[in-house]
Amino acid sequence: MSTRFIGTSPNRVGGFGRVTGLQEYVADIRVPDVLEAKLVTLDCARARIISIDTSAAEKVTGVRLVMTAADLPQPMPRFGPQLEDRPVLAVGETKYHGEPVAIVAAETKDAAEEAARLVRVEFDELPAVFTVAAALDPKAPLVQDPSLRPKDPLASTNVLREHHVGWGDVDAAHADCIVENTYSFPMVTHFAIEPHAFMAAPEGDGIAIWSSIQHPNWLQKIMAKLLKLPLAKVRIYAPDPGGGFGGKQHTKYEPVVAFAALKAGRPVRLILTLDETFQAVRRAACEIRVRTGFSADGKLAFQDIKADYLIGAYCDIADRVVGKGSYPAAGPYNVPAVRILARSILSHTTPSTAFRGFGNPQVNWAVESNIDEGARALGIDRLEIRLRNLAHKGDAFIPFDTPADGDWDQAVRRAAELIGWEKPLGPGRGRGIAVGIKSGPTTGLSYSTVRLLSDGSVIIFAGTSDMGQGVRTILAQIAAEELGTPLDAITVVMGDTAIVPYDQQTSASRSTVLMGNSVLMACRSIQSQLRAMAARLHGVAESDITVERGAIKLPDRELTILEVLKPGLGSLGGELTGNGESRKEAEPDHPLGGAPAFFEFNCTAVEAEVDQGTGDVTIVRHVTVSDVGKALNPLQVRTQDEGAAIQGLGHTLMEHYIFDESGRIRNLGAIDYRIPTSMDLPLELRSETIENGDGPGPYGSKGMSEGALLCVAAAVGAAVRDATGVPIRDLPLTPERVWRALQERAEPAAIGRNAR
Amino acid sequence: MSGTGNTLPIEITVNGRRHALDVAVHHTLLDVLRDDLELTGTKECCLVGECGACTVMVNGRIVDSCLMLAVEADGAEIVTVEGLAKDGKLSPLQQAFLDKGAAQCGFCTPGQLMAAQALLAGNPHPSIDEVQEGLAGNLCRCGCYFQIADAVLSVAEGEHR
Repeated sequence: MSTRFIGTSPNRVGGFGRVTGLQEYVADIRVPDVLEAKLVTLDCARARIISIDTSAAEKVTGVRLVMTAADLPQPMPRFGPQLEDRPVLAVGETKYHGEPVAIVAAETKDAAEEAARLVRVEFDELPAVFTVAAALDPKAPLVQDPSLRPKDPLASTNVLREHHVGWGDVDAAHADCIVENTYSFPMVTHFAIEPHAFMAAPEGDGIAIWSSIQHPNWLQKIMAKLLKLPLAKVRIYAPDPGGGFGGKQHTKYEPVVAFAALKAGRPVRLILTLDETFQAVRRAACEIRVRTGFSADGKLAFQDIKADYLIGAYCDIADRVVGKGSYPAAGPYNVPAVRILARSILSHTTPSTAFRGFGNPQVNWAVESNIDEGARALGIDRLEIRLRNLAHKGDAFIPFDTPADGDWDQAVRRAAELIGWEKPLGPGRGRGIAVGIKSGPTTGLSYSTVRLLSDGSVIIFAGTSDMGQGVRTILAQIAAEELGTPLDAITVVMGDTAIVPYDQQTSASRSTVLMGNSVLMACRSIQSQLRAMAARLHGVAESDITVERGAIKLPDRELTILEVLKPGLGSLGGELTGNGESRKEAEPDHPLGGAPAFFEFNCTAVEAEVDQGTGDVTIVRHVTVSDVGKALNPLQVRTQDEGAAIQGLGHTLMEHYIFDESGRIRNLGAIDYRIPTSMDLPLELRSETIENGDGPGPYGSKGMSEGALLCVAAAVGAAVRDATGVPIRDLPLTPERVWRALQERAEPAAIGRNAR
Repeated sequence: MSGTGNTLPIEITVNGRRHALDVAVHHTLLDVLRDDLELTGTKECCLVGECGACTVMVNGRIVDSCLMLAVEADGAEIVTVEGLAKDGKLSPLQQAFLDKGAAQCGFCTPGQLMAAQALLAGNPHPSIDEVQEGLAGNLCRCGCYFQIADAVLSVAEGEHR
């Protein structure tokens, strides 16, 4: 089939609003009589709340509500996507720096801020844990009340859950060379440029909630349960998030805002500051011990991996991140014996949540770096050792699971070619190459409705969120391809649970595949109705008619869709409606609850230059090659791929939370926490795709928006090691850390010192 | 401090329209644009002048409107992202952002556009290094920095008119 819309890069659907300032994010939406809210928090990690005095706050002109735990239903309602462990407001004890103890709602932001400062909280600061070692100390205070998981033997520890995966016999496996190291990955935050925003308004006998959320239907379920309302009485408006990256997947402050709105009897909105988002969302830090066994020929004999993920004070989706992120930790290789133990460790810190890569980048950093160490020990080229072990299409590289679903060595060879793996290096420079893999969605359910209107224009209803990844454009391109409608005659409606059919979630790079297939099915249903219409109008058998893009092909002639639609609909006009359903059922016996729909595979290769005098790392060239099946919109694929790569450079080179001795985040906000700017980019960034049409999505596509982040750290770390001879096993590779490592290296190469 | 009292009258011209306002003395230009004039195209993020999402043009120079008090803008000519398109037609830079894929989530885009507009006004034919240095104060977490630079360079090269 020739294509006209698929594989092209039209202007983004929704782009006009983005470049004119007309796009409305939650904070831009005005509803009449809205009250402005501010959270009240304590300036320490953990505290026992003795009393809260709201009297001074209530006296501030314009204040309409000061709500504490005592004003909420008792026992305190709790919520969470995995465990219902998070209170709407802290009750009795705060468990992390920034946990709200009260909310103020007032006529103006000024009044709300002033009143929030005047809420007097008497509290005792309590000992807190905010490192893996402290949390695991037998004498450590327990983060979670053990009664929340009564039958769990781990309830009396800070280990929320252990995840065991493996196959073969690691202890019996023969290896000629064993490399064992410990690595660490820092606590980092999403830093979406749009801070999280929430609004709620009583609406008849129900409630309307606005949130910059990726999963509106999941939020609807949680809110309905908390408020004891039918789903149909909870309307979620989910305008396009201004960047999500996983941080906007799950319910955060919608419950407290909703209770405040119901109590005040007026709309209430809470727009977080950027600093407050640091206290609301982050990625799990991780400490990883990897023991890798190799045969003399470089073949992997075993992987023995223990990963301790430092999650926060409440579970959020963090334990799922740990389980799913560590599951493919042995990488895209054929490894005969694997043992993985991943632990979710609670701490008195911001609840960690989903973040692009979903737990994989942490273990990837360790496991890929260790493969480099093995290659060096064995004297085998680091590219070659990967090619020797890489799974080939169809290999059951994780036994009894989705087999390798791409020609992954093709991506590796291409990345090596683009980086010039064999070429001589300049002084102070080094190269690294790494591969990354991530399981796609393990379950899924995406409904959609497509309406072909009487003039041939199209409305698509799809409940996935467009947070910048461009799914609105992709869905419009699919409809254009199937129905021949030009993109400017297609509207995509999203983000309103009262009118858009159910979609499970926008995560795991699923939208193109799952919602894409759903919209494809809806369009094909319309095609079949058009065939029936044409058969009726022209006395031809339906089986003799085909519909391809805008054309309806009868045995003796070709008609446009409108030439069939208009007479077919008759004098009253009307429309054709197609429904789509894309379903991936759960598999209860699978460790992840289902086999992945696809794998995201990426190979990243980097050439870096290290300033031996300052420790500064410059990425001279950064190559990323992702197996995407088919790029439905090559420009959007490239921008997602490059964006993931640059985001990966953040946790690799500069980003990390810094805590003080009492567990307060010292670098809240944009001045003290740096993310990559246009001055921190690779001097050259090259993104390429492998497209063999072998994905489960429309036209052979796979999900792809996370792949290019997965192995950035390992590739850069390897390049720095190559350039300096010094292995560094902790991230980020800040100039200070690199410089110190150079000072401490065993054999003083003296370049660093002489350079000063 | 609670929204009453402590106000001063100012006059500002925004996107060609004059406004006479009483503004709280501690309110920033960003507050006034977004809350008083309901020009929400200018975005609020870091509030410390680091992210550039609130960039607007004041008397021909770009400022982080979160760092400028509204009273300091008294008498000023201000251009916001809403002022870039003329008669419903996108400016060359806006069109270039669309064509080059320089807007993903779009939240930083208004600030990027204002900064890029000012950059080109001062240097109509910049190099890519000059563009990246000129826009270093505008964060994009989606990471489309290369596409943004591409868009700016394409306008400089007259690709978009």
